[in-house]
Amino acid sequence: MTIAAEARPTTQPTQSWLVRLFDYKPFLVFICLLPAIGLLLVFLSYPLGLGVWLAFTDTRIGRSGIFIGFENFESLWHDPVFITSVWNTLLYTSVATVGKFGLGLWLALLLNNNLPFKSLLRALILVPWIVPTVLSAIAFWWIYDPQFSIISYVLVDVLGWRDTYIDFLGSPWPARWSLIAANVWRGIPFVAISLLAGLQTISPALYEAAMLDGANAWQRFRHVTLPMLMPILAIVLTFSVLFTFTDFQLVYAITRGGPINSTHLMATLAFQRGIPGGQLGEGAAIAVAMIPFLVMATLFSYFALARRKWQQGEDND
Amino acid sequence: MSISRRDVLIGGAGLAAGASLPVPSIAQTANIEKGATLRVLRPTKFVDPDQTIFNENTEAFTKATGVQVRVDYASWEDLRPQTAVTANTGAGPDVVVGWADDPHIFADKLIDLTAVAEDLGKKYGGWYPVAEKYGKKDKTNTWISIPMGGSGGPAVYRESWVKEAGFDKFPTDHAGFLDLCRKLKAKGHPAGFALGNAVGDGNSFCNWLVWSHGGYMVDENNKVAINSKETIEALKYAKALYETFIPGTLSWLDISNNKALTAGEIGLTQNGVSLYFSIKNSKDEKTAEIGKDLNHAPMPIGAGVGRPTETALVINAMVFKHTKFPNAAKEYLRFMMEKEQYDKWLTGCFGYWTQPLKGYAQSKVWESDPKILVYRDTWERALWSGYKGAITEAAGTVNAEYVMVQMVASVCAGQATPEQAAAEAERRAKRYYRT
Repeated sequence: MTIAAEARPTTQPTQSWLVRLFDYKPFLVFICLLPAIGLLLVFLSYPLGLGVWLAFTDTRIGRSGIFIGFENFESLWHDPVFITSVWNTLLYTSVATVGKFGLGLWLALLLNNNLPFKSLLRALILVPWIVPTVLSAIAFWWIYDPQFSIISYVLVDVLGWRDTYIDFLGSPWPARWSLIAANVWRGIPFVAISLLAGLQTISPALYEAAMLDGANAWQRFRHVTLPMLMPILAIVLTFSVLFTFTDFQLVYAITRGGPINSTHLMATLAFQRGIPGGQLGEGAAIAVAMIPFLVMATLFSYFALARRKWQQGEDND
Repeated sequence: MSISRRDVLIGGAGLAAGASLPVPSIAQTANIEKGATLRVLRPTKFVDPDQTIFNENTEAFTKATGVQVRVDYASWEDLRPQTAVTANTGAGPDVVVGWADDPHIFADKLIDLTAVAEDLGKKYGGWYPVAEKYGKKDKTNTWISIPMGGSGGPAVYRESWVKEAGFDKFPTDHAGFLDLCRKLKAKGHPAGFALGNAVGDGNSFCNWLVWSHGGYMVDENNKVAINSKETIEALKYAKALYETFIPGTLSWLDISNNKALTAGEIGLTQNGVSLYFSIKNSKDEKTAEIGKDLNHAPMPIGAGVGRPTETALVINAMVFKHTKFPNAAKEYLRFMMEKEQYDKWLTGCFGYWTQPLKGYAQSKVWESDPKILVYRDTWERALWSGYKGAITEAAGTVNAEYVMVQMVASVCAGQATPEQAAAEAERRAKRYYRT
């Protein structure tokens, strides 16, 4: 007994400091988090920080800049092209989001019914979302081409409803609506499939109960489906707004921001000024100017839609 | 790294002994550094043989000198940023075959190529004046780059349709050109020139329009001078000309006129020689048939410069100071511009990259097909972006930001009067030309 009691303290010091260090919980937590934090710092925080810094300098491609304070933002404030791009981005995001949600929800409700070939249909619905954006952008570029548009071809040469080909992209408003339509087409599957997942979590018992209470189809949708769907709707809406707000490829591939800069979004203008135009500082300033809008959009859709009042009726706080 | 004369002699002697040549090898005469290797960056091919022949010529250089050369091809949009990174970090390729303006932006980071350029000039009939503008540092006689080739943009038209419109010869003045376009439209074969954000074709057309009327973006002292009565004349003419275009040109990108001409939708546009060959060599018989009917002509002259004007896409080779083997790099550029290599490249690319050295106007390629003859004189007609000022970063930005194109497009679209458009272009250009 005494031997054992004496042996114990002698083994203690042989444990190396390394072992003790790894037994120390805060240190272990730190070590395990390190790879993730490292990745975040190097690939997210650093570029973001650098972008913000560049926005306050007059850096150009090929020449490092000096700190110039808010000069980039001041000059953007007086730049009609930038102001147009802000309005375009807001219009593009709001109209396209409404379109995507209206049609996406409708599609989700249809797919939630018992249809023949249900799985196949659901897989097909995802195609626009799976196709790389650039490819669908090029497809739309052909669809909207002033000379080779399939829509114009059908209307003019096949049906004879029109005499001239449609100039989809040649003037500002038609060009904007065309781009919004392309974005909606691309975004519907994401909304539809996400909402479909939400719909399937709603217990059929709730519908049965509503039916027993004599609720019609609209009332079942309004008072069962919609409130139950609200949490997932909020998440999907947040993501969708973010994707749409930062969209780049569709616009860049189809119009390059034309005609006469009337379809530039903030993202395409930031690239145009920063890379081909070489004004890195100004491009970064445009990109930084997107941040407040993104934060507001996220906060709105996240908090507002997650409120219980919206989910469960006016009287339930 | 410093190389003593002795090292060079030993290296050269070793090579000469190995090859047992009676005459001194290139490596000896050019003082090529011992163990030299080079990295070259250039834009990726636009016509197929470009890359193949460029690589063959590079291999020939390795064979002749023992210098290993690696050539990297960057996509056109990536070339400028990559050149900038090379310049800023002082690392990467030794030789960059970059875009026209880039050597002027990084002038203080480049080695002097005056000797090479002057030798080549003497040997091959001299440089075209515009090539000197591109090669020499502004307002000096120091060469900072070797212009290697330029792709021009004259008028491409359907011969039979122009004849049908009553023109035996392609018009050389503005009035005749407008008349031709009106008649082409009346016959259902309208003209089409890109007015969308097409960095190549849009600038090509709009630069011609303004230059040929006597307008210019900046004067000799780099003062913005676009808001002039000549520009306003040009814009009024543009409006009248636009009425004759096929609908939709305001949204045209660089490829749109190629598609429209290939499909027989338009009878007249502007383009590099590649379009002619892609139509002529098409596997589709109907398209190949169009090739027989195509011809080229310089765009009308106008009162502006007193000669035809044109925008050329220029590739301009530079050697960075950070290279460890400046002699090898200089020798490489010289080698690539020598007749044995250059003529093969020029001919193999069907004259796509036209010669900046007058002597190569005698090249067989210009006899191979009378229809491409007009491209031979690309460098005689060409002006640079930023004409009449220096080739600067600001000039490049004004070009990339479509200041000229959008000025013309806004008038054609009816969004602005010529006066408003010229004033807006002036405001935008001033922003980039401020010091």
